[in-house]
Amino acid sequence: MNVFGSFEANYRRPALVSFLRERLISLFDANKGQEVFCMEVCGTHTVSIFRHGIRSLLPPGLHLISGPGCPVCVTSQRDIDAFIWLSRQDCILTTFGDLMRVPGTQGSLQEARATGARVLTVYSPMDVISVAKEHLNTLVVFLGVGFETTIPGIASMLFEAKRQNLSNLTLYPAMKLMPPALHAIFSDTGCRVQGLICPGHVSAIIGARAYEPIANQYKVPCVITGFEPVDIMQGLCVLAERILNNRPGIHNAYERVVSWDGNQRAMDMMQRVFLPADAEWRGLGILPQSGLALRPEYADFDVRSRISFPETFAQDSSDLKNKCRCGEILKGKASPSACPLFGRACTPSRPFGPCMVSTEGTCAAFFKYGGQETCNNT
Amino acid sequence: MQQHITLDHGSGGLASQELLFKYLLPFLNNSVLNELEDSAVISIGETKLAFTTDSYVVDPIFFPGGDIARLAVNGTLNDLAMKGASPVCLSLGLILEEGLRLEEFERLSRSLSEAAEAAGIQVVTGDTKVVPHGKGDKIFINTSGIGVIHCEPVPSYHRIQPGDCILVSGTVGDHGITILTSRSGLKLETSTTSDTMPLHRLVAALLEEVKSGLHCMRDPTRGGLATTLTELAGRSGWDFEIDEEAIPIHSSVASACEILGFDPLYLANEGKCVVFVAPEHAEKTLQLMRSRHEGVSAAIIGRVMPEKNGRVILKTAIGGKRLLRPLTGEPLPRIC
Repeated sequence: MNVFGSFEANYRRPALVSFLRERLISLFDANKGQEVFCMEVCGTHTVSIFRHGIRSLLPPGLHLISGPGCPVCVTSQRDIDAFIWLSRQDCILTTFGDLMRVPGTQGSLQEARATGARVLTVYSPMDVISVAKEHLNTLVVFLGVGFETTIPGIASMLFEAKRQNLSNLTLYPAMKLMPPALHAIFSDTGCRVQGLICPGHVSAIIGARAYEPIANQYKVPCVITGFEPVDIMQGLCVLAERILNNRPGIHNAYERVVSWDGNQRAMDMMQRVFLPADAEWRGLGILPQSGLALRPEYADFDVRSRISFPETFAQDSSDLKNKCRCGEILKGKASPSACPLFGRACTPSRPFGPCMVSTEGTCAAFFKYGGQETCNNT
Repeated sequence: MQQHITLDHGSGGLASQELLFKYLLPFLNNSVLNELEDSAVISIGETKLAFTTDSYVVDPIFFPGGDIARLAVNGTLNDLAMKGASPVCLSLGLILEEGLRLEEFERLSRSLSEAAEAAGIQVVTGDTKVVPHGKGDKIFINTSGIGVIHCEPVPSYHRIQPGDCILVSGTVGDHGITILTSRSGLKLETSTTSDTMPLHRLVAALLEEVKSGLHCMRDPTRGGLATTLTELAGRSGWDFEIDEEAIPIHSSVASACEILGFDPLYLANEGKCVVFVAPEHAEKTLQLMRSRHEGVSAAIIGRVMPEKNGRVILKTAIGGKRLLRPLTGEPLPRIC
């Protein structure tokens, strides 16, 4: 009686799922003793896999590793501390809701708001335009956290702000690009990942072709799939078959949304406003050309050109980091249950690291959906 | 670690529990309060009374399907009803913010009177305070209610037992998604409306029919169906098995949740109850619920299992299994 529209219903059809499940099981029966490690890069996939109980349907040889595809989780401690420091300055911070509870060295944005900081959650970067118009004499800062999915929206916001001469609107650029992170994962010695379930939303923007360098350089299969159970099961079938038969390359199983070339208009908008720049990732360190800086004609919109920030914020060597294994978890080298803090000192209501905060964070998903008990595969 | 009250503490999930158990209950420790049910049960002579209180701070104060006044009447009535009580009277405490428009106040008063009349109950005492502009949010309402309990034994989580069928009286998430989508900033046009309504007549009909076969009732308000179920599983100690596919969800709620990244099982309801009945009464209970306007889309959603781990196991629509956990943190829309 669960009433979904017919579109979703097609991609949640139990008969299709069990057909694909049988296919996976016979594949692993035919390859007895083989272990396959797949990474689902995107946090939305992680959540969907848990939410639909997909892990409980997989053959024991198929291991899912959650990747770095949650934008909040990969934001460096330095940037998070900068956000919280900013919230105490004479400005209005605007942010997506996910950032509110991320713990900095000194409290979180949520706690800053509880003690008087002006922090507004918005649902779209375009909402920031209205906030800036309502407070023309106050500096309004948008905390730019997100991947290629969100970046075109942030670019449009700045394009619009420039067009309307909204000089009180600014950005703290902490956006990240996905392909460099994938390079970092495969270049890491001890990488267990043999193939990728590529992020569907990001792929819609950058196109399937964006994975060509990864597939060629590391000789791994990259499968692009959607987020519904049938999509994911189908993606896993294709990926496991390719891994077991040693067939690297790109397979787009999400053609209803993702094209080979991606969304040219969105990418044009990004390029109009931003330039690639080095960026620091939690757990992965500084990755070359993995973030974005504002082009010279937009430089005034960078909040760091308006307010002088303290020289140093906490490095990733703080006490938190010493215990929290977010870094290894993001790279797929450890599962959340291997972290001594997971589920004990670190829970979604009292998180140590951002992976436990964001709804799409690996630790939060493991915790919310029952952790170890349902994930007999990692 | 946390030094201050944050919005999380009001979400109805784990943080709210921690606030109660760590910072409040140790100071107010008594056997009636410690039950932490929707209403306290007090005996005066031969009479058993249900007594409850609730505060309403919803923003926006007017929303599709209701307003804060209607919520304040129905919410408190439902807390009484969950203990099988017939409501007797309500109190009304108003905290008004300087600047609230009188026209809006009058609209709310009218709505309050309509809701009370529809439920057949009177507001018999009250109090009004005004706070300076910026020290409140238009209007906060507290209502307390007293009801008489005629049934014996009183429905309670203590009476949940293996084999019990778990029913929900209708679609879940309607109120929560309506409030979230009517807040400023979220420009999503949906056709959802709040489900706020009084349930005491439905409950009275159920008790008359099923009598002591009705073991426990809860209204899944803050924290939604998932939080209510996990709380009851934890308190009773039994495992519950829930069929995801059996949970009624309005299609517009399901699509809004898909778009915004919310899980309808964690969204508030204001006119629904979860009912635990002995298996031999399940079908009769379901038919009775469906025959009334409060329960047209009622469904049997699961059963109480013989294992004693206090867990809620969700059988997903595609045939997988996972655990349901209580709400942690205010529900946040996703970022990407």
